This record gives sequence, structure tokens and C-alpha cells, in this order.
Amino acid sequence: MIGFWKKKEPEAKEQPQAQPAEEKKGFFKKLSEGLSKSSGKISTGISDIFTKKKLDAATLEQLEELLITADLGPATAAKLAQAVGKNRFDKEIAPEEIKQALADEIENILKPVEKPLDTNAAKPFVVLMVGVNGTGKTTTIGKLAHHLKADGKNVMLAAGDTFRAAAVEQLKVWGARNGCPVIAKETGADAASLAYEAIERAQAENADVLFIDTAGRLQNKSDLMAELEKINRVIKKKIPEAPHATILVLDATVGQNAHSQAELFKEIVNISGIIVTKLDGTAKGGVLVGLAERFALPVYAIGIGEGVDDLRPFTARDFALGLTGLEEEYARTD
Amino acid sequence: MFENLTGKLGNVLDALKKRGALKEEDVLLALRDIRTALLEADVALPVVKAFIDKVRAEAIGEKVLRSVTPGQQVVKIVHDALIETLGHENAELNLATQPPAVILMAGLQGSGKTTSAGKLGKFITNKLRKKVLLASLDVYRPAAQEQLEILGRQINVATLPIVAGEKPAAITQRALKAAKLEGYDVLILDSAGRLSIDDDLMNELIAVRDLAKPVETLLVADSLTGQDAVVTAENFHSRVGITGIILTRIDGDARGGAALSMRAVTQKPIKFLGVGEQMDALQPFDAARIAGRILDMGDIVSLVEKASENIKLEDAKKAAEKLAKGNFDLGDYLDQLRQMQKMGGLSGLMSMLPGVGKIKNAMAGANLDDGILKKHEAIILSMTNKERAKPDLLNASRRKRIAAGSGTTVQQVNQVLKQFQDMQTMMKRMNKLGGKGMMRSLQGMLGGNAMNEMEEMAKNMQAQGNGLGGGHGILGPNPFPEK
Repeated sequence: MIGFWKKKEPEAKEQPQAQPAEEKKGFFKKLSEGLSKSSGKISTGISDIFTKKKLDAATLEQLEELLITADLGPATAAKLAQAVGKNRFDKEIAPEEIKQALADEIENILKPVEKPLDTNAAKPFVVLMVGVNGTGKTTTIGKLAHHLKADGKNVMLAAGDTFRAAAVEQLKVWGARNGCPVIAKETGADAASLAYEAIERAQAENADVLFIDTAGRLQNKSDLMAELEKINRVIKKKIPEAPHATILVLDATVGQNAHSQAELFKEIVNISGIIVTKLDGTAKGGVLVGLAERFALPVYAIGIGEGVDDLRPFTARDFALGLTGLEEEYARTD
Repeated sequence: MFENLTGKLGNVLDALKKRGALKEEDVLLALRDIRTALLEADVALPVVKAFIDKVRAEAIGEKVLRSVTPGQQVVKIVHDALIETLGHENAELNLATQPPAVILMAGLQGSGKTTSAGKLGKFITNKLRKKVLLASLDVYRPAAQEQLEILGRQINVATLPIVAGEKPAAITQRALKAAKLEGYDVLILDSAGRLSIDDDLMNELIAVRDLAKPVETLLVADSLTGQDAVVTAENFHSRVGITGIILTRIDGDARGGAALSMRAVTQKPIKFLGVGEQMDALQPFDAARIAGRILDMGDIVSLVEKASENIKLEDAKKAAEKLAKGNFDLGDYLDQLRQMQKMGGLSGLMSMLPGVGKIKNAMAGANLDDGILKKHEAIILSMTNKERAKPDLLNASRRKRIAAGSGTTVQQVNQVLKQFQDMQTMMKRMNKLGGKGMMRSLQGMLGGNAMNEMEEMAKNMQAQGNGLGGGHGILGPNPFPEK
């Protein structure tokens, strides 16, 4: 299922842009480094709570609060704490067991949304990238394009962020890095007509995958959402089934507002899945658990850095282990 | 952004206010609800706990519970605690140093540093009348330096010429030299986005700070941030030493928890709010106003400031005279529509009025949309000057022509005319009220006695009893049709 991510190691060397000096880290090491940063607090928190303790109401409330600090949100946190407490209430219990139970609960919720992006379903396979400002849409396109190119795909990019200063230039740099043609107009041009032309070009030039970037927009801005709806409509004029994937890019630092983002973007452009970026930071992205329950949208991948290689498939188990802090221990015993 | 929190807190506090006598349990129950509301708003857990403890300590005492209006007292305690958490000092930009005064922008990737740097450059140039130089130190994100250069051109603020391949420290030195030699008052350094745990990049930032010795190091943070807000703020503060915070995207629908959290953990003031994508969408922060907004007490001060910035005194006087004589026509209505748009459109204005939070949902249902203002504008623009002066001229065939000309329907034209009529009726009524009406308010506002007049106006609006439709004050008549 990791399909198009597999080939990354050899190609990584030819990466043209100088990244901040940093040795290439292994897949697992980097991922676990990223996630364990987010899990450190939960993990020690759980150990603090449960060492030599009976599982009582106060303890479960503390567990709930720890989940809240991981951005799971009050409702999901309460539900998970309750699930963990079931059948274990009033019993002596080891911290490890609680962690494992918690990880299992989280994994169960996330398992159904563990679905990679399959771009073979159509040609050209049109991907529309949407999200609020600054979540990493353009960077994620750059990374996705890199992986698909490595997989031998003919990739084309469309610079649909015609609003933000230098957004077009930013995507052009990614196009040059990956050797992908970039369809662009000047800043201020109509994004919908650009999308239309890009599809024409993709069809004419036999592209396998076309990524259409869009300007970041807050989901409560009705005029900007109407513009996005128009882009979507115009794409469908050219190919009725397109966009074949509409990806909501979420920043891992986001809190409960992610619910509103998913809800409104889904309503306007019927997003097909999510990519979570910046999981290499201190944020845990725990809101993903609540989103999975509520929207059941596939999580295609996670972003864990600014480099062209820093995109990983999303796996429910790793994410759950990362959130609960079990991952490091497994890494040690493996 | 605070509306959702507003709704939740509002319900809890309303319930308290209605009670005559309060028992300790009532207050504790309300505090439990407030705690949940704050957590749902992404306020960091430790901050929530401290906040609740503080309110509990003050609210549960003989003095409060035995008072005549215990509910009101508790609301006041919550309000004051909110203000205290948000910071009570007025957080003005500190530029008091030997020029050039350096401002260093720092923060996570995608928090809005470059856009905020541009906005701040414009703010300092236009409002503080200082000569600003912008320089981008972001050598990592593709085209980041170009982005700042383009923004600089848009707002007429100088940017340091880009030298390809130059390192952040070298750019800093060149920028300092250029700022000194060319006589700039302020140098704004826009650093690359970085994670607070990325040692290499944090060290780079520290090196820049040591070189540039900024008077202000502003942490730019996204108001959509969740519980991580405290971690990031704490880390940046302990490593780089921030002097203030710029909170961006507060025009989104996040509940504002990040604002409370970051101020609380760093004890550094929030200095500015980013309120939109345009370059002038930057507001100095005022804790009292935000607390008022959270508790839905309205943000009259912002409204007045916005009005006085955008409405010219002569225009207002002219309109007032016309009104007094009873010949306020569609052309004047058009001017009003345009003023409203300048002031941030319907939604922008409504969010500043007291009590609006509660009817926010109703408004969403009513299709409240700034596009409607534009439609009304188009309809009036499709009329001849004569028609604008004498709406009575508008017979069926003229209305058809206007509808075709403005790309609307005859029904929509009728709606505009109906609302204009309502407005005239309302104006006459307001004039009879003895000068409490719109134009008095307008003049009072511009004359200086702003606060009272506006509040009076707001009260009038509510007293009219038409709910939203009563919002005829400065805003003109209800411009959203019932669909």
C-alpha cells in the first residue's frame, strides 16, 4: 500500500535545492522522531497518573485531560477515556496496559481512514488541493509530484493560487525541482480559467496526473468559497468525473477548528481525503481522531518536514502508537 | 473568530444573570460549563485551570452571592478575568531606540509572517509616519523573498534587494547597513518559518537576533492553533525572547483560544491582530475589546474607529442635512452602501455590535452575504440620476430595464426600492425621536462623543424591536432581502 512512496531513497540524492544541512534520516527514525516529540507529554503523563494506582474516576478525568492537550477535543477525549476505563475500573493497572488500550482504541478509529492516494483510476488524474492559508498546499504538491515522478508518472502542475504574492513562483520552483511542467498565469488571473486550460494541456500532453493548487482561504469566507466552488465546477465542464481527488491540507498545529474546515470544505468541493502536514513539530494532530470518527475521510499521507522526501504514508498504527508514546518502546525492543 | 466561544459562554452566563438568588452550586455548575466552553475553544488546559480557579475564588464569596444581582456580578468577574488573561496593558509597538528600530518576525511555517510583515510595514508607514525597510531572511521556502518584494511594491514600502544564495546572517548585516546609510526609521526582518524544536534553525534565529538587536521580536501565530499554541509560544519565548505576539487569521471562525493561551504562558502582550488578506487588515490589539466580544458585549470602539477612518465629515454632514429636509435619495443610499463596504462589509460590522452573537445563527440562515451590498450597488448604478433622485419615476418598464442592466431580477429591484422606502420611513421616525437617530449619532461620533452616541444608537436599534431589520443606524436599512 505504500505504492508510490517506495522508490524514494535513490532519487533523494539528486535533490537540486540545498536544504538546511541535515543528514538523511531513515524512514522510521524520522517518523518516530517527529511523532514522539508530540507524544512525549501524553506518555509521561500517563505514567505519572497510573503508577501504582487504582483506576478511579479522578484518574480517568486526568487521562481525559491529557488527551485534550493532544488536541483530541473534549468530546473525543471523554469517549476514549471512558472506553479505556470500561472493564478496568477500580482495578490495579499498569501504565503500559493503559497505553496499549488507548493505542488500540485510537488505532481502531483511524484504521478505516488509512487509505493511500491511488492515481491510476483515470488519466489525466486530476487532483485539486484546498485548505486554509499556510497549511502547506504548495509544498505538499511539490512532494507528491516528486514521488509520482519517481514512480515514472508524467506529472503536471497548475499554479491556481493566483492571489498570494509569489505563490506562482513558489510552485514554479517545485516544478523545476521535479522536472514537471507548470501551467501558470500572472498573479490576479482567474483561477478557474487557469484550471480549465491546465486540464486541456494535461489532456493534450498526455499527463498522468495533474495537480491544481489553489489559494489558501478561510472556510467562513463565503466569497472565497464561492470562487473555489467555481473552480470545481469549471473542472467538471472539462472532465465530469474530475477532480478525481480533492485533498484538504490540514496543519498539524490546528485545534478543534479542523472540524469546521473539514465540514465546510466538504460541503463546497466534496473533499475526498486529507493530508496532515508539519507533524514533525510539537503539535500532535490529535484532532484527526475526531475527524476520522465524524467524516471518515481517507488520510492519504502525512508531511514531516520541508524537504522533497518528507511525505509519508499514513498508518493508523504508527499514528496511534505515536500519540500514546508506545512507539519509542517498540522501536527499542524491535 | 470569537463568536463560537461567545455563544457558549453567553448561554451559561445568561442563565446565571436571570437568577435572582445564587447558590454556591449554581456557580460551580456554571464554571464547569465555562471550562468545557474554553476547552472546546482550544484554550490550553493549564490556562483554563488557572482561569477557572481565579473566577471561582472571587465568585464564591458572601459578597457576591449575597448581593442584589449575583448573576451580574459573576459575569463581571468572568469578564475581568478574561481581560486579565488577555493582558490589561495597552500593547503599543515599541520603536523607541536609535534608528533604525529593528522588528524581527518569527514563528512556525505558514503562520502568516510574510503577510504580517507587509501589513506591519504599511501600518508603520501610514499610521506612525516612519520610513520602513523590509527584508526577508527566508532562504528556504521557494519564492519567499520574492513574496515580500512583491508585497513591498504593492504597499509602497522599500524592500532590501534580493541577493541569490546569501545566508540569513549576511542578509541581516546588509539590511542593517542599508537601513543606517539610507536613513530608515524602522527595519522589519521577516525570518523563515521554523519549528520551535529545530535546533539548527532556532540557533540561526538567535544569531540573527544577536546581530540585529531588535527592539521588538514578534511571534506570529495562527489563531486556528490548538493546544500546541502554548508549547510553541513557550519554546520561542524561552529561546529567542519575544516581546509580543501577532495573532493572525482572527477573521476565521476559530474560537480564539490561542489568544488566551499564548498571552498567559509568555506574559507578553498580543500587539496586533491579522483580520483579513488585504494589506490594511491589521488591528492593534485591545484586551478589553476582545473580552467584550467574547462575552458578546460588542466592540463599539472598533466600530467607531472604523467609521471615523472611512467616513468623511463633510459627507456625513451633507447626508444629515439632506435627511433633515427629507430629500435623502437613492444616490445617497448608494453612498451609504459604499461606506459600508469600506468598513468591512455587513459581516465585519455586525460582528462588532453588541448582542449580535446571539442572533448570529439566525443571520447565517438569512443568507447574510456581502455580495448583496454589491447587488444593491449595481441596481442603483443602473438607474439614471433622475431616477435616483425621484424613485417615484420607476414604473414597470423602467424597473425591467434596471434589472437587465444590473444583471438582477425585477423582484430584486423591487426589494431595493422597498428597503429604501422603509429606510426613509425609519429616518423620519428617528428624526422625530429627537435627535437620537442616525445622523446625530454620526455627527456625535465624528465630533468626539462617540462611545455614548453609538451605544445609544445600538440601544435604539434594539428598542425598535425589529431585530436585525432594526439595524438602520449608520448602516442604512436592512440590506438583506428575505429570500
